This record gives sequence, structure tokens and C-alpha cells, in this order.
Amino acid sequence: MNRRGSLFRSLALLLAGASLLLAGCAAAPNKDDPFEPWNRAMYEVHQTVDGAIVKPIAQAYVANVPELIRTGVSNFFGNIDDLFTGINNVLEGRGDQAGDDFGRVLLNSTMGVGGIFDLASMMGINKDKKDFGITFGKWGAPQGPYFFVPLFGPTTLRDGTGTAVRFFLSPIGYINEIPVRNTLYGIGYLDTRAQALSAESVLDTAALDKYRFLRNAYLKNRRFQVYDGKPPPEEDDDQTPPPAVPGNPVK
Amino acid sequence: MDQILTKTLLLLALASPLAWAQEAPDALVKRIAEETLTSIRADKELQSGNPGKVKQLIETKLVPHFDTARMTALAMGRNWRAATPEQQSQLTEQFKTLLIRTYSNALTNYRDNTMNYKPLRSNPGDTDVVVRTEVTRPGQAPVQIDYSMEKTPEGWKAYDVIVAGVSLVTNYRDEFNDTVKSSGVDGLVKTLSDKNRGPAPK
Repeated sequence: MNRRGSLFRSLALLLAGASLLLAGCAAAPNKDDPFEPWNRAMYEVHQTVDGAIVKPIAQAYVANVPELIRTGVSNFFGNIDDLFTGINNVLEGRGDQAGDDFGRVLLNSTMGVGGIFDLASMMGINKDKKDFGITFGKWGAPQGPYFFVPLFGPTTLRDGTGTAVRFFLSPIGYINEIPVRNTLYGIGYLDTRAQALSAESVLDTAALDKYRFLRNAYLKNRRFQVYDGKPPPEEDDDQTPPPAVPGNPVK
Repeated sequence: MDQILTKTLLLLALASPLAWAQEAPDALVKRIAEETLTSIRADKELQSGNPGKVKQLIETKLVPHFDTARMTALAMGRNWRAATPEQQSQLTEQFKTLLIRTYSNALTNYRDNTMNYKPLRSNPGDTDVVVRTEVTRPGQAPVQIDYSMEKTPEGWKAYDVIVAGVSLVTNYRDEFNDTVKSSGVDGLVKTLSDKNRGPAPK
């Protein structure tokens, strides 16, 4: 508990320091990303550290560990995700969906051997994905400034708070044997990173400016989730041009 | 000009009864998606990401159903009108290439996906609709993919693809804006073609 606490405290201090430092900086170009220079620097740090250590490990994991085992690992952590999805659906007042989520956890934790097998999906109980950041958003919390956190990825003040809440509630945190707990944290991290590999290679191909492409996509996707897949149009939508004439102007 | 267009359309409509029996947009999306998935599942080379084969699949199967000029206009926003027709066609060509490369990279991961097609909510006379689909992968929450489609004389064409709320087209807008602001439309054409000439990331 202590180590987690101090890690989080240093992170919070770091962020607070950064905000103070940057508050005096030049006018921010993006309203969602007032600390862009800082975030870009953090993104560079991430690229370097991740590229040198984490990504190669994740690639080796995908290349050497059979898919069957990796799926089992993903399912194990996915089962914990389902628990939190259920909790958040309750908090959002969506009892019917929460029932499905808890049903999944119950079934997969028992018959699915601790979540390693996703029997619920095979039986047609669909997986959902919710987190505290989305719940806070539905309750009306503004997203706050965007942050890119090295080795963690894109987040916002609201979503980062949600992640912290989840981290302190996570059942893995209540395991008393430190080596077991840390091993699970490690494997969970590796699993998440490995799952992001394919999306990352799409990002590499698609983006002119990866930092910004990722930020825009992250913020849009979170907004989409907060509005249950039906986000209202945004202010900048007035930029939409008239439909192009069918049949190119120049052939 | 308009008159010529109208007459041509009329002529086309009269000449080909097919124009009246145009495939509905949701049926089109479903057919193309299923055909593409079938091709991928049946072909080991596609699954392993053979670049030539993937590119060919995309160019023959998918590209004809996209209005790439309109996608580029949408990505450009108000700068589209500042571009000359020649610049517009260069931009369209480069943006199309970028999207093909992106899709090539993404497509091979789709083998285990199944698609659900949601009922289309539209009126018979509509010329602009959104076809909603949902992609499910084993052990994952479904991802919503929406296609904005317009009716054209050559059938329905997609002009935007929105994956879990992220438009693959308008996500480029502020990058494009900034590039145009700092180095003009030609600068953007150059940035795009440099990007497209670079090695495909692994």
C-alpha cells in the first residue's frame, strides 16, 4: 500500500509542479490541451523508454507466447475489467447492463476458472466497457486538461482520477503477498501493452503528427463514450465544408 | 452546366433500369464487408499481411465505394475552397494513398472479427445516411463503426468512417489546418506525399 501511495504522490507532485511551471507559458493553442509543450516532451520520453524497453518485451511476448495463453491472460484481466464495468454501470443507473456484467464475472470466475476462459461471451452475454472516467463524465464532471503520461498513455484530469480510483479499488491491490501482487501488475501491464501493438502500428501509418492524432482520437473517443455513442455536434463543426461536387473538379 | 448534368442523369436513369434498382446503402456495406472478411479468412497471405495483396484487395474491393474527393474536402475543412482544382486533385490523390496505407495496416487484424449490422434509420428519399455497424472480437467489448454515405449516380459511396466516435477523416482537420497555415496548400501536399513515400511502419 505504501509503495503505491508514494508512487502516486510523486506523480501528483510532478503534475502539480508541471502545471505551475506551464501556467506562465505562452497562450495555449488548444483548449483541451493547455500543457501541450509539457505533454509533447512527455510523449518523447515515452517514445524513448517504451521503444527501448517495453515495446520490445511486448513484441517478444506476442511472438513467443502461444495465442491460447495470451488470450487466457487477457481474459483474466478482462474479467476484472468486467467487475469495474458492472460497478460503473450501477453508478450510471444502468442496472440491466450491470446485471449482465456481474453475471459475466460470476460465470467466468467460477466455470471459467478464475476468468481465464470467457465462457460468458461464448454464451452470448456481451462484454461492455465502462470506467470511472466515463461515469464521472456522465455525472457532469468536465474532462479537465489533457495529459500524456509516459508508460501510461493519454488521459485527462477526469480520466486520470478515474484510473486512480480504480487502482486503489482493484482486487489485485488487496493481495498481501507482494511478489504475487507485483507479478500480476507486471503481467497486466504487459497484456495491455501487447494489445495496443496493432493499434499503435495503425497510428504510425495514419498520423502526420502522432502526438496530435492520438490526442484528438483519445478525446473524441472518450466524449463518444460519455455520450453513450451519440455525442452532440461540437462547436467547431461549423468548419464542415459544403459537400464536394460528385465527380472531381479535375480528373 | 446544371442542365447538361440533369439531362445526362435523366438519360442515364432512362437508359439503365439498374439506376432505379440501386443497392441500398446498408446492403452495400454488408455485402462489401462480408466479401472482404471472406477474402481475408480464405487467404493466408492476406492474413500474414502480404503488402501487395492487401493493397490490391483494398483498391479493387473498397476504394470504388468511397468518395475520396469528398473525404479530402471534409478533412481540409474551410481550406478546401482555398485550394485550386489542381491542388484539390493532388490532395485527394495523396490523402487516398494515406488512407489505403492505413487500412492495409489495419485490415489484417480483422480475421477474427464478426460484424453486426444495425437497422438503417432513413426515409426512402434520403441521399445522405449513416450506416451503423458493430465489430466484435473475441473477449472484447464491441466497437461501433459508422459509415456516412451519400447517394451518387454510381451507387452509394462512403465519405466518412467513424470508429468508436473517431472520424478517420476529420481527425486530420487541425493537423491539415496548421500545415496549410504554416506552409500553404502545397506544403500540405508535400507533407502528405513525403509521409506516403516513407517506409510502411511495422
